[in-house]
Amino acid sequence: MKQELPVTHIRPQKSWFELGWGDVWQYRDLVAIFVRRDIVATYKQTVLGPLWYFISPILTTFIFTFVFGSVAKIPTSNIPGPVFYLSGLTLWNYFQSCFTGASSTFTANAALFGKVYFPRLASPLALVISNLVKFGIQFSILIAFSFIYHAKGAFVWSPDLHILLLPVLVALMALLGLGAGILISSLTTKYRDLAILVSFGTGLLMYITPVIYPMEALPIQGAWIIGLNPISPLVESFRTCFLGVGELSWGGLAYSGGFTLVLLVMGSLLFNRTEKSFMDTV
Amino acid sequence: MKPAIEVKEVSKMYRLGQVGSATLKDDLVRSWNRLTKGKDPFADQGQENDRTSAALNPYVWALKDINFEVMPGEVMGIIGKNGAGKSTLLKILSRVTTPSVGEVVLRGRVSSLLEVGTGFHPELTGRENIYLNGAILGMRRVEIQKKFDEIVAFAGVEKYVNTPVKRYSSGMYVRLAFAVAAHLEPEILIVDEVLAVGDAEFQKKCLGKMKAVSQEDGRTVLFVSHNMTAIRQLCSRCVVLKNGTVQTIGEPNATINTYLTTFDKHILEKDWEEQEAPGNESIKLRSMSLCYADGERPTTGMFEITRDLVLKARYEVKEPMGAFTHGLSLFNEEEVNLFNSHDVTSSLRNEERKPGMYTIEAVIPGNLLSEGKFSISLTLFKKTPFEIFAQAEKVIQFSVVDEMTGRSARGDYAQGWPGMVRPLLQWSSKKDTL
Repeated sequence: MKQELPVTHIRPQKSWFELGWGDVWQYRDLVAIFVRRDIVATYKQTVLGPLWYFISPILTTFIFTFVFGSVAKIPTSNIPGPVFYLSGLTLWNYFQSCFTGASSTFTANAALFGKVYFPRLASPLALVISNLVKFGIQFSILIAFSFIYHAKGAFVWSPDLHILLLPVLVALMALLGLGAGILISSLTTKYRDLAILVSFGTGLLMYITPVIYPMEALPIQGAWIIGLNPISPLVESFRTCFLGVGELSWGGLAYSGGFTLVLLVMGSLLFNRTEKSFMDTV
Repeated sequence: MKPAIEVKEVSKMYRLGQVGSATLKDDLVRSWNRLTKGKDPFADQGQENDRTSAALNPYVWALKDINFEVMPGEVMGIIGKNGAGKSTLLKILSRVTTPSVGEVVLRGRVSSLLEVGTGFHPELTGRENIYLNGAILGMRRVEIQKKFDEIVAFAGVEKYVNTPVKRYSSGMYVRLAFAVAAHLEPEILIVDEVLAVGDAEFQKKCLGKMKAVSQEDGRTVLFVSHNMTAIRQLCSRCVVLKNGTVQTIGEPNATINTYLTTFDKHILEKDWEEQEAPGNESIKLRSMSLCYADGERPTTGMFEITRDLVLKARYEVKEPMGAFTHGLSLFNEEEVNLFNSHDVTSSLRNEERKPGMYTIEAVIPGNLLSEGKFSISLTLFKKTPFEIFAQAEKVIQFSVVDEMTGRSARGDYAQGWPGMVRPLLQWSSKKDTL
């Protein structure tokens, strides 16, 4: 007996209440192969290949150390500058690449999306996963730096059990970047000017995220702005858990988690609606 | 059995020009004004524009009320001029975009090939691209693994599976891309013009594969092409789209002929009145016509390539004349004179003509002309000294088509076929005995 054939209905518009993640599961092999493609392609395209993943955070870290540490003398909670900045940058960079990548989903894939159907969410999802490689490389640099500065006696690196929270923080950051990215990507199909906002907005966003300074160093009256930024607790907690300094703010993490969930649901809903009609507007 | 594809009342509307207000600023201004003043500042503009250009409605129906069904195992062809809505229909069926109205029901997995090599990445090797492309087209990893060797063999790229496809020749690239698509196992396959690529041999392979897919595996194929021969050979039914609506649906030969006649002007019959008739005071050509040997004539003006054609003409001799003969010239669409023939066989050709009406017939054998459009000129003339009495230039205009019955010189070959004429030759072959 033949198995029951799947029936597809193609109708004018999807309802508003469809998240679309079920379809993605059907296409999990595609997600896997997109991840592979992204990694292999990046590796093959440039002469130095993944070496850039080492060079750029190290360079950035030293420039930050000079500008914010030596010149501006922003305190770093008694942690050596390079370690402090790198611990912030590692997670921040991951967010940034997920967010900017996901936010150009429709425009970057217009040619492909115009020719064949697959759940469009597979693209940003694959991107978020393949960015983990870059994150992994930077994370290993962070470990190396911490180790070196610890060995030199510049600070005491004593991570406790909280370090087990790191994967959760990274996952939350991935989902936050994904949620915000797909939300923006849906909007950019209609409002092209948002793309410009994204490119310089993320640059500015870093300054209201505790990447180059600790939350505790903030003047009281300005702290709430930084606190409202859902990325702040993640970056701050990442540093706390990894280096084993300071107190973990569970309230802040709950706020980030809630924010992520709302953004992800909103993003998915809007993305699914956009996916149906964007070919007519791009 | 339920149809594999049901297209119900599908319409698609496009708005010409810009969609939405395109910038965030406009929308923000609009929302702000709605909130504060309760009216939309752009609404006035819209109305004004509407009045001045009422004839130019900004909304266009790319498709309107499309209805058809395709049964499992059927190969349905879609033809139509550029802009008839073929691509829009395919986009809706392959879920790239949605219809504005109506519904499509697809029973079974669908793979659509709107282009070969969708998503191929130049940096990846042939092997990697097979997996990537297969996954994009909806195959599971295990399925691709199972078919991998077959795909590589079909494409003929065994030596280069581990070479990045950017180093492939364009032919290899296309072959590999089609091979992946051809080995998909969906219940429904949607194909758009992919056969326009590759060399003749490969095209034949593709057509054969598509035929096998439908006939042996019982899959449903929806096939858009401008290659009428391929459509005739592959499809069991055919939809003709015109300006976004279905013009006809039916058996491919008939529908293709109707479709082609809407472009081509054919003249199969011509009668002349006394005054306008070609000729001189003593002789007038009165009529010309073309039909099959049995007197039948296709209303479409498209004659079947294998059948004999008969050119008939009548002329009136008004006063006694010396002997003269009849001749015809046949031209193809490029105005090339394919052949000339004068009467060397009829009984009257060397005789003097008494006044009265005369009828002549010339048989153009089947399996001689190629497919295409032709015209015939007829001349009444004397050889020595050469003198033309009456001449009708390119009056009869007709087309010859191969309906893929297998009895023509084509056999079952469906691709492009060069050559001014297409005689059916007698071939024989045997194995040499030493």
